[in-house]
Amino acid sequence: MARGKTDVPSIAPIKEKRTVGYYVRGFLKYFVLIFFSLCAVVPLISCITTAFKTTDEYKATSVMELPESFLNFSNFVKAFTTANMGRAFLNSVIVMVCVLIVSVVIGTQLAYVLNRFKFPGNGFIRTLFLVASLLPAVAMQVTVYNIMGDLRFIDHLYGYIIMSCGTDVISIYIFIQFMENISVSLDESAIVDGASYWTIYWKIILPLLKPAIVTACILKGVVIYNEYYAANLYLISPEIKTMAISLYKFVGPMGSQYNLICAGVIISIIPALIVFICCQKQIYSGITQGAVKG
Amino acid sequence: MANKKQSGFGKWASSRKGQQVIICAAFAIIPLLLLLVFTYIPFGEMVKFSFYKMKYTTPVEKREFVGLANYIDVFTRKDCFGALKLSLYYIVGALVQLVLALFLATLLSFKVKGGNLFKGFIFFPYLISGIAVGFIFKFFFTRGFVFDSILQLCGFSLDNLPYWLKDQSVNNWTLVSTSVWRYLGQMMVLFIGAIMSVDAELYEAAELDGANKFQQFRYIILPSIKTIVTLNVILAITGSLSAFEQPFVITTGANGTGTYFIIMNKIAHTSQKVGLASAMAVVLLLIILICAALQKLFFEYIFKDSSSDDESYKAKKLRKKQERDTKKYVKQMAASAKGGK
Repeated sequence: MARGKTDVPSIAPIKEKRTVGYYVRGFLKYFVLIFFSLCAVVPLISCITTAFKTTDEYKATSVMELPESFLNFSNFVKAFTTANMGRAFLNSVIVMVCVLIVSVVIGTQLAYVLNRFKFPGNGFIRTLFLVASLLPAVAMQVTVYNIMGDLRFIDHLYGYIIMSCGTDVISIYIFIQFMENISVSLDESAIVDGASYWTIYWKIILPLLKPAIVTACILKGVVIYNEYYAANLYLISPEIKTMAISLYKFVGPMGSQYNLICAGVIISIIPALIVFICCQKQIYSGITQGAVKG
Repeated sequence: MANKKQSGFGKWASSRKGQQVIICAAFAIIPLLLLLVFTYIPFGEMVKFSFYKMKYTTPVEKREFVGLANYIDVFTRKDCFGALKLSLYYIVGALVQLVLALFLATLLSFKVKGGNLFKGFIFFPYLISGIAVGFIFKFFFTRGFVFDSILQLCGFSLDNLPYWLKDQSVNNWTLVSTSVWRYLGQMMVLFIGAIMSVDAELYEAAELDGANKFQQFRYIILPSIKTIVTLNVILAITGSLSAFEQPFVITTGANGTGTYFIIMNKIAHTSQKVGLASAMAVVLLLIILICAALQKLFFEYIFKDSSSDDESYKAKKLRKKQERDTKKYVKQMAASAKGGK
């Protein structure tokens, strides 16, 4: 195949072909990309335009019409207060910070121990985690619910937090995979210098695991912020609801006031949008790395 | 004597061996405890409950042992096992999603103006929470609302259009399409990542040889990301068996959209037939474990050569990067040590 390189006549026809097909292909390419981008965005845009309409306006006009004014924030204010979204956002942040910290600490520690020491049961523990990652979370909730009841964890934010740390298998798996690429010679030279295992973990392993920690935090962070099934089961009192389930407030009597609901939806999306715009690169690479490992 | 024992323990604890045991125990105990409490104990209970007739609130002594009756129910009740048929919709959806994602990823990994913008638009739905997605699409597909209006603009008449969320001939496809909407971008980003790890020189060489874009895709991209594509096909199948989210948040399983998990959720938390729900969960877990085992066999025997190829490539790349990082780190350490002195 590489022989063609020196063959000048073989290049010439390609150039010619380019001028013919180049624009057609370019047009098709952008047409496809714009089409799919529109598919992704139109549902959101329709929500945004509806969120700015007053109730009368919403009833009188078609959904495709633009609102009279994009400065009518009354729906947003009303949605924010009815669903208590300030509190919900705070709860979401608390849950996220706690779960991420705990997951990172116990995950990296376990990965360190499993990767660096050979002890009976090492392989068994790995298998336990691997099998656990295959069990679908919703199915497990049938009986986890029972355990949560026994532990008196239902309707407490801390109970939900502990459970979310406990069912986290993927990030531990990511850490174990990353540890395999950290050279053992570093540990050995530290041991020669008389460092304890804790020092090795804290001063050498943890800093080197930084990319893995970022990856795990992103993957886990998206999941926790959006988690609604278990949150809905275990967080019952209105003051401990998280952002994802605060929208449940609109199910029922308010179910057809779409201008209000759309405003609520937009508010719940804004934090994700801000984070997305700020750390696009890290999110993309987190997704890629997480999937390659998982 | 107690003193002697203490010092013996102290000596052991400060020895290398002792330190190892202590650090292993200290670092492993919490994750293992959590794993036990929230995964394996529930799993054990699930198997146990599946032989009982009980509610969450039934005291232990009043639970009624019914043998295999729950399992027989799972296979004979119309609403249980039959619901697995709905997975077929989701499998088709997942495969369509995979092909689309691969196509878009290929387009975007060549030079495109505004590529990042397109990527961002298509990816963003993945970051929206399930409930919000539910509301967005309830609104989107309501009779005479956004989707109908768009179709009317394209020349369709409202009378000929079905009720997207009620009509049983289309509503499952509607739900599947929202699932594609949400996860397409994530899969696309994943494939872009995989395609980017292909050596760029290969494209240059191919271009010089006169290979067109399709040939580049067919002979360079596809072979080098075969493993990750296959993995995703298999994940799509197991994921489809446990399809849950879209019907749960959009239709709550009404009008024939109740997938296996929706039915199970209802049986467990609404009708409180915990025994039956547990039996359903166990049956599904068995199916998923069988799929996982098949997947492993598949990878070991069919994809052995190709997967080992790109594994080793990836490993090489990672190792190189690691070495670089380590060197940098050692340099830093050395520098800081010098500074300290």
